[in-house]
Amino acid sequence: MIHTRRRGITAIVLWLIFMLACVGIISRTHFTTDLSAFLPRAPTPEQQLLMDQLRDGLASRLILVGIEGADPPTRARLSRQIAQSLRADRTFVSVNNGEPVNTERDRIFLFNNRYLLSPAVTPARFSGDGLHAALSDSIDLLASPAGLLIKSILPRDPTGEMVQLIEQLNSGTHPKLVEGAWASRDGARALMLMQTRAAGSDTDAQQHAMAAIRQAFDQAPSATPSAQLVMTGPGVFSVTSRDTIKRQVTRLSIISLVLIATLLLLVYRSFSALALGLLPVISGALAGIAAVSLGFGAVHGITLGFGTALIGEAVDYSIYLFVQSEQSRADHQDWIKRFWPTIRLGVLTSIAGFASLLLSGFPGLAQLGLYAIAGLIAAATVTRFVLPSLLPANFHIHDVLGIGLTLSRVVQRAAALRWPAAIVLLAACAIVVDHHASLWNDKIASLSPVSQADVELDTRLRADMGAPDVRYLVVVSGASQESVLRASERASALLQTQVEQGELAGFESPSRYLPSTATQRARQDSLPRRPMLETRLAQAVQGLPVRAHLFTPFLADADAARSQLLLQASDLQQTSMAMAVDALLIQQQRQWRALLPLTAPRGVSINADPIRAALSAMPDVLFVDMKAESDHLYSGYLHEAIVLSLGGLVAIVGLLLAVFRSPMRVLRIIAPLAAAVITVTAGLSVLGQQMIILHLVGLLLVVAVGSNYALFFDRPDPRTPILPRTLASMLFANLTTVAGFGLLAFSNVSLLQAMGVTVAPGVILALIYSAIFARQSDA
Amino acid sequence: MTRLTQPHLRLCALVWLALLVSPIVQAAPLSIAQLMASLAQHPQGVATFSEKKFIAILDEPVVSSGELLFIAPARLEKRTLKPRPESMVLDGDTLTLERGQRKHVLQLKDYPEVAGMIESIRATLAGDRKALERVYHLALDGGNERWTLVLTPLDPKVGAVIARIRMEGIKDVVRSVEILQTDGDSSLMTIENLAPP
Repeated sequence: MIHTRRRGITAIVLWLIFMLACVGIISRTHFTTDLSAFLPRAPTPEQQLLMDQLRDGLASRLILVGIEGADPPTRARLSRQIAQSLRADRTFVSVNNGEPVNTERDRIFLFNNRYLLSPAVTPARFSGDGLHAALSDSIDLLASPAGLLIKSILPRDPTGEMVQLIEQLNSGTHPKLVEGAWASRDGARALMLMQTRAAGSDTDAQQHAMAAIRQAFDQAPSATPSAQLVMTGPGVFSVTSRDTIKRQVTRLSIISLVLIATLLLLVYRSFSALALGLLPVISGALAGIAAVSLGFGAVHGITLGFGTALIGEAVDYSIYLFVQSEQSRADHQDWIKRFWPTIRLGVLTSIAGFASLLLSGFPGLAQLGLYAIAGLIAAATVTRFVLPSLLPANFHIHDVLGIGLTLSRVVQRAAALRWPAAIVLLAACAIVVDHHASLWNDKIASLSPVSQADVELDTRLRADMGAPDVRYLVVVSGASQESVLRASERASALLQTQVEQGELAGFESPSRYLPSTATQRARQDSLPRRPMLETRLAQAVQGLPVRAHLFTPFLADADAARSQLLLQASDLQQTSMAMAVDALLIQQQRQWRALLPLTAPRGVSINADPIRAALSAMPDVLFVDMKAESDHLYSGYLHEAIVLSLGGLVAIVGLLLAVFRSPMRVLRIIAPLAAAVITVTAGLSVLGQQMIILHLVGLLLVVAVGSNYALFFDRPDPRTPILPRTLASMLFANLTTVAGFGLLAFSNVSLLQAMGVTVAPGVILALIYSAIFARQSDA
Repeated sequence: MTRLTQPHLRLCALVWLALLVSPIVQAAPLSIAQLMASLAQHPQGVATFSEKKFIAILDEPVVSSGELLFIAPARLEKRTLKPRPESMVLDGDTLTLERGQRKHVLQLKDYPEVAGMIESIRATLAGDRKALERVYHLALDGGNERWTLVLTPLDPKVGAVIARIRMEGIKDVVRSVEILQTDGDSSLMTIENLAPP
């Protein structure tokens, strides 16, 4: 006895030290809600690019803003006032609302560098014939309605290079202007497009940017209560989903704690029992968070949500201890002798199941696995070694023998349900086989915690804006800026033919704004020396209604362009082209990348094959369909996770075989669990819910939790009846688990909801199937 | 249309014709308000045009011809067929120019000088006095049978390019538009067969 007590004190001291260490670790833990944790780790460079783009690419930095309500002039005024105040804010790289902010500067830049920038500048264009053709084009244009625009520059730019450049820049679609600011097609809202300096994955910075926009809106001189501000974009999504996850995890943990505490109080009728019963839970939760923090450097919000639900599972151990043991201290030692091996096996089974998640390519999934393992081990260990020593001498809970006896009678009659249960199971099998093709949702969007309403707003604003959807990208990689620019130029030439064939509506390229030095030099060399140009010009005007001397300014400009300094990226500063080059030309360590986003023809999607074929001849050039690529990547990992889970199942079977050395007995334990898993899967399928990777985690949990029930129902000798108190403890444990996980089913974060709808019915079914298929004590 | 109203209508038409032919009415000077009101009666119309542009830097005038289509209040299409097909479509504030493969979409606000020129035609066809007077000072001469409307820019940006626009018309139909630019270039567009489509 004294020996036991001393051991107990040692255990308590160790436990306290452990708890302090966990708290210490947790206090320094970084919590994230960045969903990239639930994106697969990317093994190939292409997939890495994909991830980079999702995290901090051009698209991730865009915030689309809509101003609704009030009247059109007010909306346009608000748009201009917001833009004016935000343009001074360094949070934003650019704020666009259709106002011609840089127009004049852009025009001057383009005009001064027209011979370096225009793709039409070739030696042929400055031959006698080429000049003749270009001049007659310009004269035609002069007579057209647009003539007014070029008349003044014709003497300096008779070949129309400026027209070329402006045409190229205007190739994108822009929203229409209402009262001088962008507006949606139906005119119901004013539109703005902002690019943040911070990456889309920098949620704090995105939140700051959103707050700045909101503040500019609220403080605008024309602010009126009838106008509303809406925002969307990847950064906005990550901010709102972080808020949603944070809010839901907090709310769910409070509700489930209250629910479980109430339930336990009803059973125990003792506050000290309740408090002591929660000790293993708290220990498990702290150990789980600390383990994940140590293992991954950060803890994800979803992991915390999962941890909340795991309260319902961790509390089981103390329920087993309190309910199964009788009323005195000696009984606790007796409990340890009689029931601990079963529970220990249950814990080991759970660990075997969750260990498979550790191998997952999803860092988020591996986090859940580690959390579950650490949490369950801590909770079980505390229950076994610490809790008995903490119980006061006169500790007792409300006797649940009555409930236990009732349950015994129910369980004895459960066998009558074998046939109906078998039929249900058979039907479930049929459904699973029949629906096997549509069981899983392999679209990565299924993981998104963004609400349907937000997605719809985003689609609407994007369509209004004609914003690049950045789904299709051509990516050019190289060792230097010059080499990627040159490769971009070659790729652009190929893409241009696709545009002419109607396969594409258009594309962007950094080389459009910043040609490679080789190209710039070639364009300079296309311009003949002044005497030569003069002679050719004299030939060229033959038969045209113009006289050569009109173009003297052109001769001077062309001559100057021959020796002008080549354009550098820094020359673009203060023009609207700088933003495009910044976004499309990326340096990462020693690697340079150019991104060429493609725009699909209106109303159709891009047919990838001809484009891929056209580009296939170029090394270091990649055609990426971001959506297909990410879905593909995700479905790959989903399959990996399924295989890993099956591996977990094999590990569980192996463990049980090693312990019991009886295949029949193992089969009896596994059967109700498998039945529960199949029935839940069939149920989800019938209800039209396609499973995502988190349903799979839920199914693993069903096996982990259910294995405790199956092990309690399993007896080597069927003549020994299951003790009524054991039955009662299983019912209470089941109820707390259902309470913990059931709440998740009401979450609108799909990752949490998936676990809830799987685990809650799953554990109930596991208990029922275990009871129905248990060997009968009086048989 | 019922039989009952038909004779009534015919009578109306006769009276209207009589009034038009009457020398007293013809001699009465036409007011801008009257002209605008009668122009506004045509919500839409198509016509053919031919245009001659005199541009100083070109040795000879450029001649073109094609079709005009107007749909009140904001759409004006000018489709040139000769010497080469091109189109100019003004819809609201957006001006779309198309020549061959090329297509330019301009916002009228960004190009006040072009806007002034085109708006003068559109607003006149629409009988939109307010729109005209935002940019121009109007002077009307003549009577209903034959009138001349001279627009002089008030807006300095428009005035920098356009010296004066002179329109001639018969009754509620615009027959010619002559635009004189400040640099001495000019264009003369004659419009024919304006009829409801």
